[in-house]
Amino acid sequence: MATRAVAIEDVKTGEVTEAVYEHPFVVRLCHWVNAVALFVMVGSGLQIFRAFPSFGAKIPQKDLLNWPKAFAIGGWLGGALQWHLTFMWIYLGTGLLYVCYEIFSGNYKQMLFVRRDIRGVWPMVRHYFFFGPKPPAREVYNPLQRQAYTAAIGLGVLSVLTGFAIWKPVQFSWLAWMMGGFHLARLWHFVIMWAMLAFVFGHLVMVVLHGWNNFVSMLTGWKKDPQYRSE
Amino acid sequence: MTSRIDNRKFKSITRRELLKLTPVLALGAFAVPQLQKPLLKGGLRFSDWASAKLFSGEHLAPTFAESHVTPFDKFPINDYDVDDPGVDFDTWTLKVTGAVQKPGDYTLAQIQALPKFTQNTRHVCVEGWDVIGRFGGVRLADFLNMIGADLTAGFVTVNCADDYYESLDMATAVHPQTLLCYEMYDRPLTREHGAPLRLNIPTKIGYKQAKYLTRLKVSHVLEKAGYWEDQGYSEFYGL
Repeated sequence: MATRAVAIEDVKTGEVTEAVYEHPFVVRLCHWVNAVALFVMVGSGLQIFRAFPSFGAKIPQKDLLNWPKAFAIGGWLGGALQWHLTFMWIYLGTGLLYVCYEIFSGNYKQMLFVRRDIRGVWPMVRHYFFFGPKPPAREVYNPLQRQAYTAAIGLGVLSVLTGFAIWKPVQFSWLAWMMGGFHLARLWHFVIMWAMLAFVFGHLVMVVLHGWNNFVSMLTGWKKDPQYRSE
Repeated sequence: MTSRIDNRKFKSITRRELLKLTPVLALGAFAVPQLQKPLLKGGLRFSDWASAKLFSGEHLAPTFAESHVTPFDKFPINDYDVDDPGVDFDTWTLKVTGAVQKPGDYTLAQIQALPKFTQNTRHVCVEGWDVIGRFGGVRLADFLNMIGADLTAGFVTVNCADDYYESLDMATAVHPQTLLCYEMYDRPLTREHGAPLRLNIPTKIGYKQAKYLTRLKVSHVLEKAGYWEDQGYSEFYGL
């Protein structure tokens, strides 16, 4: 896919650097609003979980884990529900806007994990985790990134679907049924949150490792001196 | 084709792109103490509005086979005050007021004279746990008919022997699975489960299913949504 690129000439030194427009405005907007929304959803979700920290029976109740209140949002169950039921619309809204934008703009081509990417995943994993050689970068995202972002979007969709199954197990009884019933849907919702957090952790580590230019590109859209050639 | 610009021009482009993201800062309003409460209240109201829109009077809550019903002794007893508010069954009546043609005191026998329905439905607590119970009683819709309720009135509110109070939107009140429940597990309600009469509403969250009913009012205006609602929980909370 053709990427918008410019050559920047320093007026003093005459040095020329390339810059590539990686992230369109809608993507950046959705990214940051959704990041805040996800933070609130996880924090308030954990406070809600504290009200019944189990996936078993109520009688007798066996707690799975006692999540500390300090790492939760809302202060009490009712407060956390207010946060959760408010930010779920922001989370859903930015998610929908993002997905629609990706589809209609064609921008999905740079991030969607497709069959031809499968071969490229292992070399990247070898590079990151087993000190393998760095595979040559040709595009905005490498195959492992595409796999990670595609999985994250999948998790986002699942978090919304499992959430709706818990929130409206009667109106969306088919959804709850698909997940093995209301009781299990609550468990899936919880598991998907942890999977999402695992993605966020990996994502943040990579952001730190890849430096300032990479981070700035999610703010301005432009990446200076990308490590790949734009076509 | 790569166009060529100087670094000052590039800086102004990136600055403009960064400034376009300032709307994100609006989310910071949620961190301002004076704004947080009204914003979250608004969010909750929007969720309730959406819930009411999503509610379908024809959509039935799933019902379950006998083998899936949670044993009676594993059905939690929840109340905000006392397990047993000490209702005197001999003198108990349900006092009906509001937008009805036949207000007055209704005895349990009068209510039980209506057609009886039994259902195995899921009871979901706002805390997150759920059980499947067996409930028996009369349809609230039938009772509203009997008392000549104005079905264009928006709400049915109830008061309880333990000062608990709750409300229902009319669409949920006339839903075929909404019961004035006087039996659980084929036996008369026990005191802890709300004897002599409670609400069983499989399309609502647990706290809306008030126990030990003493008064029922049909009203056009919702004065008080409910005990937990007044603490900040959702007013509609349909499932």
